[in-house]
Amino acid sequence: MNTNTLSTTIKDTPLIIAGRAFKSRFLLGTGKFKNKLDLKESILASGTEIVTVALRRIDLERHQENILEYIPKNVTLLTNTSGARNAPEALRIARLARESGCGDWIKIEVINDSKYLLPDNQETIKATELLVKDGFIALPYMYPDLYVARELVKAGAATVMPLGSMIGSNQGLKTKEFIRILLNEIDLPIIVDAGIGSPSQAAEAMEIGAAAVLANTAVATAGSPALLAQSFSLAVAAGRLAYLSRMPHPKTIADASSPLTGFLFDHDHAR
Amino acid sequence: MKITINGQEKEFTSSVNLKKVIEQFCKDSQHVIAEVNGTIIKSQVWPEKNLSNGDTVELVNFVGGG
Repeated sequence: MNTNTLSTTIKDTPLIIAGRAFKSRFLLGTGKFKNKLDLKESILASGTEIVTVALRRIDLERHQENILEYIPKNVTLLTNTSGARNAPEALRIARLARESGCGDWIKIEVINDSKYLLPDNQETIKATELLVKDGFIALPYMYPDLYVARELVKAGAATVMPLGSMIGSNQGLKTKEFIRILLNEIDLPIIVDAGIGSPSQAAEAMEIGAAAVLANTAVATAGSPALLAQSFSLAVAAGRLAYLSRMPHPKTIADASSPLTGFLFDHDHAR
Repeated sequence: MKITINGQEKEFTSSVNLKKVIEQFCKDSQHVIAEVNGTIIKSQVWPEKNLSNGDTVELVNFVGGG
């Protein structure tokens, strides 16, 4: 028997959102890509199965490329409600998205502040209620607050998407301890969204038990977006394995890795 | 006849339906979504949706977003 062969095959459960199973736990945003080919390559390189898109007015003066042509058909579209400042506006955007025939999965994003782009949690709860009543699969983006998360669960959200830090800031998991509370208390997939600027930050979110991570700005603005997308995907998978391994917690004093018996100089020690 | 399309006032000399307006302003109408006066109009009924003076039309499509 070859003792070098791994005795166990690592098995993970898929990410389940609204009854659908996904192998990849990395979600990619499609904004800010310099060109659409970079976007397509990033989707393929990362193996992501869910990408976010936005809805905007068509530019009447110049032709715009249709972004959907660069997104493989097997990838789930998650339309965000960016631009919505309140719950009724979020519902209006969601209904427009549904009319396109591209599904009814909506990332609820209700923002009233243009400097920090923080989500308006109270309007987000109202928007979740409205959208769920209207038949949408609602994935609300929120500031990590336990009471708000509980309201989102009550409203019928499919996931809760707390921010790691400000949108596009690349600051990473500044809200880690508050996300940890949601992970402990909320019985829905927690997808960390916003501010995740590097693969190590994505891995950190997965290590503490996040169900998935969404990144956009870091990938889209990298010198080689597809490379970073792949790196994010690997980091998310690595963080997931670490979480499943039930790795030990940090200690405040040393704990020797080598045995503390049988030293060569034991007789010296005994003297 | 004046129609406001995506916030811009456009002048039309003769009566026009929504399908014609979309064909005029959108090269690729496959994933265009249209609202007239705040109501979504399904693509199947664009040809029958005649526009009137003062109507407000919103034409949207998908773009990159996070």
